[in-house]
Amino acid sequence: MKLLSRKASCNSHGQDSSYFAGWQEYEKNPYDEVKNPQGIIQMGLAENQLSFDLLESWLAQNPDAAGFKRNGESIFRELALFQDYHGLPAFKNALVEFMAEIRGNKVSFDSNNLVLTAGATSANETLMFCLANPGEAFLLPTPYYPGFDRDLKWRTEVEIVPIQCSSSNGFRITESALEEAYQQAQNRNLKVKGVLVTNPSNPLGISLSRHELNLLVSFIAAKGIHLISDEIYSGTVFNSPGFVSIMEVLMNKNYVNSPVRNRVHIVYSLSKDLGLPGFRVGAIYSNDKMVVESATKMSSFGLISSQTQYLLSEMLSDKKFTKNYVSENRKRVKQRHAMLIRGLKNAGIPCLESNAGLFCWVDMRHLLSSKTFEAEMELWKKIVYQVGLNISPGSSCHCIEPGWFRMCFANMSEQTLNLAIQRIKSFVNSISESNNISPNQQYSNKSSRRKSFSKWVFRLSFHDRETER
Amino acid sequence: MAIEIEKPTVGLSKVAVSDTHGEDSPYFAGWKAYDEDPYDELCNPSGVIQMGLAENQVSFDLLEQYLEKHSEATNWGNRTFGFRDNALFQDYHGLQTFRKAMACFMEQIRGGRAKFNPDRVVITAGATAANELLTFILADPGDALLIPTPYYPGFDRDLRWRTGVKIVPVHCDSSNNFEITPQALEAAYNEAESMNIKVRGVLITNPSNPLGATIKRSTLEEILEFVTSKNIHLVSDEIYSGSTFSGEEFVSVAEVLEAQNYKDSERVHIVYSLSKDLGLPGFRVGTIYSYNDKVVTTARRMSSFTLISSQTQQLLASMLLDETFTANYIKTNRERLKKRYQMIIDGLRNSGIECLKGNAGLFCWMNLSPLLEEPTKESELILWKSMLHEVKLNISPGSSCHCSDPGWFRVCFANMSEQTLQVALTRIHDFMDRRKAMKTSN
Repeated sequence: MKLLSRKASCNSHGQDSSYFAGWQEYEKNPYDEVKNPQGIIQMGLAENQLSFDLLESWLAQNPDAAGFKRNGESIFRELALFQDYHGLPAFKNALVEFMAEIRGNKVSFDSNNLVLTAGATSANETLMFCLANPGEAFLLPTPYYPGFDRDLKWRTEVEIVPIQCSSSNGFRITESALEEAYQQAQNRNLKVKGVLVTNPSNPLGISLSRHELNLLVSFIAAKGIHLISDEIYSGTVFNSPGFVSIMEVLMNKNYVNSPVRNRVHIVYSLSKDLGLPGFRVGAIYSNDKMVVESATKMSSFGLISSQTQYLLSEMLSDKKFTKNYVSENRKRVKQRHAMLIRGLKNAGIPCLESNAGLFCWVDMRHLLSSKTFEAEMELWKKIVYQVGLNISPGSSCHCIEPGWFRMCFANMSEQTLNLAIQRIKSFVNSISESNNISPNQQYSNKSSRRKSFSKWVFRLSFHDRETER
Repeated sequence: MAIEIEKPTVGLSKVAVSDTHGEDSPYFAGWKAYDEDPYDELCNPSGVIQMGLAENQVSFDLLEQYLEKHSEATNWGNRTFGFRDNALFQDYHGLQTFRKAMACFMEQIRGGRAKFNPDRVVITAGATAANELLTFILADPGDALLIPTPYYPGFDRDLRWRTGVKIVPVHCDSSNNFEITPQALEAAYNEAESMNIKVRGVLITNPSNPLGATIKRSTLEEILEFVTSKNIHLVSDEIYSGSTFSGEEFVSVAEVLEAQNYKDSERVHIVYSLSKDLGLPGFRVGTIYSYNDKVVTTARRMSSFTLISSQTQQLLASMLLDETFTANYIKTNRERLKKRYQMIIDGLRNSGIECLKGNAGLFCWMNLSPLLEEPTKESELILWKSMLHEVKLNISPGSSCHCSDPGWFRVCFANMSEQTLQVALTRIHDFMDRRKAMKTSN
C-alpha cells in the first residue's frame, strides 16, 4: 500500500468521537415533520436558523449584491480576478464595523489588523501555525468545542492542555485552574504558548465575566504568553451582563501601553451570528503586525470567495440593516432559549444559567445510573436511539463531570423544538415511573472528579499520536 | 504607577518567522515595481506592463453573457435549494451538483477520453490549498517531493512552508526542450537519498508552468513507471488543462491510467482549479481528484480548513452543468488563447527572439540567453532588471522558477488587452533594435 503521512494515518481528525457518531445516526434516520416524524431530531448542530427571513428580505431588496453589480454596473471581472490575500477592502471595513456594532461600539477595530480566512475553523488553525511550534501547547478551559481537537492539533501538531472547570462554581475559569493547567503542561514537558477561550463559551452558553477576562489578561501577562479569544458567538448574547469583549478589557489603563496587547488575538466568523456557515467567512484580528502579516500570507491557503466577500460587504455596510438584525436576532435567540429552559424545567431537568449561544448546557446528572462516563454514554445512547434526539455528551467536550449535555435550539422550527421537549418529558416520566425516583434529586459530584480527570487524561493521550521528537 | 518589567515572552512560531513564504524572491519584487507604476492605456502609458501574472482575461465576455441569461445562477429565488439551504450547507463533501459539474467539466476538457467520478472530487479553496493539502497527506515533515524544473515559484511556499516538506528538483534543460527524462528523475531520487531524505512523490504540472507545453504521453508513461518502481506518489497539477490551444494535444495522466485499466492508480492524484481555464481566481475553486480511497477520505476531512463558499459552488454547479455553455466556452477559449500565443510568438520572432515551442497555458517561455553577458544567474537578473526598469515589462526570470539554464523568461499574454500586448511587443522590438545598434556601433 502506498504509504501516507502520519497525519493522514492518525485519528487526530477526531472523527471517531461520539460527537460525530451521533451525527451519523441522525443522518441515517433524520426527523422530518412530514416524511419521518419518528426520526431523530438534530440537536447537536449549533446553527442559527432563526433570522434567515431578515437576510432574505435584504437580498430581495438589494439584488445587485448577489448579481455582481455595484450601482447597477457589472463588476464581475473585477471580482473574478480579485484574489488579493489582503481581502476586499470594502468587506473588511464593513466587517470591523459590524464587529464593533455587536460590542455596542464600546471598542473599534482597524481593518488593517484584520485577516480574512475561510471560516473560523481556518482562522483557529492559522493562529496555531503562527503562534506555536509542533509539540508546544495551548491551554483551553473545559468543556470546549469538540472540533478544537482537530482544528488546533491535527496538522499543526500543537497539544491542548485542559483548564479544568466544574459545576461547583458554574464552570467559571479560576486562577488556580489556570495555574494547575500550566503546571500540568510543565509536567508533561510541554512549552505553553498561550490560552484559547471561546467567549461566549461553547458549549456553556455563558459570556465570560469581567473578572474572568481580567484574570486571563494578568495570567498571560505574567507568563508572557498569548491569548486567543474566539468570539464567534458574540452576536448571540441576549441577556445581562451582556458581552464584554477582551478588547474592551484591554482598554483599561493598566494595559493601554502594555506589550500584552500584542499577544491578544480575536477570532470571528459569520457562521453563527448571521447563520452563514456555508459561505466560509472567518477572520483573525490582532494588534501584532507580525501576526497579521504572517496570518495574511497563510490565508492564501483558505481565502474567502470574492463573490461572497462582495455580497457581504454590501449587506454589512447597510447600517440600518445590521442594527436591526443584531437586535432582532438577539431577541429571537433569547426567546428560543427561554422555551427550551422552560420545557426542560418542566421535565425536572436543570440547565446552567446562560445568557448566550445557540444551545443550553443541560444537567442530567440525576438521570445517570452511576456517576461515571460509562453511565453518561449509556444515557446518551438512550437519548439518541430511544428518545430520538441527537444531543452532544459532555465527555465529547472534555467535561470532567459526567452527566452534562449540550442541546441546540436554534437550528429547527418552534414546532420541532416543542416536539423535542415533549419527547424528553415522556422519557423522564418513563424513567421516574420505572425507578420510582423523583426526577429532581441531584447528586454531588466531588468524589468522581479525580477519577474523571484521570479518565480524561487517558482519553487525551489515547488520541495523541506517537511523535518522534 | 507600576513599572512593568519586560518579562521574556513567547513570540511567534518558527513557521511564522521563516521566509519560506518566499515573498522575498524577484518573482514578487517585479510585482512591487508594477504596483508602484502600473501601465494604463490612458492614465499611465509609460508604466510597467504586467506580464508576470498568469491570468486568463480573454474569455470573460462568455461568462458575463451566461450570467445575463441565467440570473437563477446567482439569485436564489424560490427554488428547492434556496438561500437558506445554500447558506447552511457546510458539508465538506461539497454540493453534489457542484462535484458532478466539476467531474463533467474535467471530462469535457479531456474530450471524453477519461472519466471522472464525482465521489472522488474533493473541494478546496483554490489549487494553492489543494497542493498544500496533498502534501500534508502524502509526506511527513523532512520528506521530499521531486519536482521537474523549471517550476511555478509559488510551489516553494505552497508545498513547503507549513508542511515542513522539502522539494528536490528534477533538472530539465534546453538541450531536449526541457522534457522530463527517466535519468533526471533517477538522479533527483538519488540526490535525495544521498542526503538521507525520504522521497514521497513526484509532482508535475501538465500542461507545464512556466514552459507552456503539454507533457508527451510517452513521458507520462515513463513517469508512472518511475513512481511505481519506487513505490511513491504522483501528483499531476492539471490546472492549465483547459488552456491548451488544440483539443487533441493534451494527454492527462487520467487517460494513461484508463488505458492501463487503472492498474497502480492508487498512487495518482490530480489537482484542478477554475482559476486559469475560467479566469476565476477570486472565487477560490480548486479540487483534488484521487484514485486512492484513503486519500479521498482524509483530504475531505482536511478540506474543512479550506472549503469553497457554497454560494460559489452553487453558481458554478449551474454554469458547468450547462453543456452547451461549457462546450462553447472550452472551444472559444482555446481559439482565443491560440491567437494570442501566435501574436506574441510572431512579435517576438520579428524582434529576433525565439521561444520554446508551446501549445498551452497563458504564457510563453522566452529564450533571451543570447543576450546574456555571461551564462549565469547573475547576468540573467541584470537582464531582468533592465527589462523591468528600462523596457518596463514585468516578466518572470527563469531563476525564480529554478531553471538551471540561465536566460529564459516566462512572459504572460492573456492578462491584458490585445492593444496592451501590442505595446509590449513594440517595446521589446525597440529594445532589441537599440541593442543591435549598440553592438554595431561597438
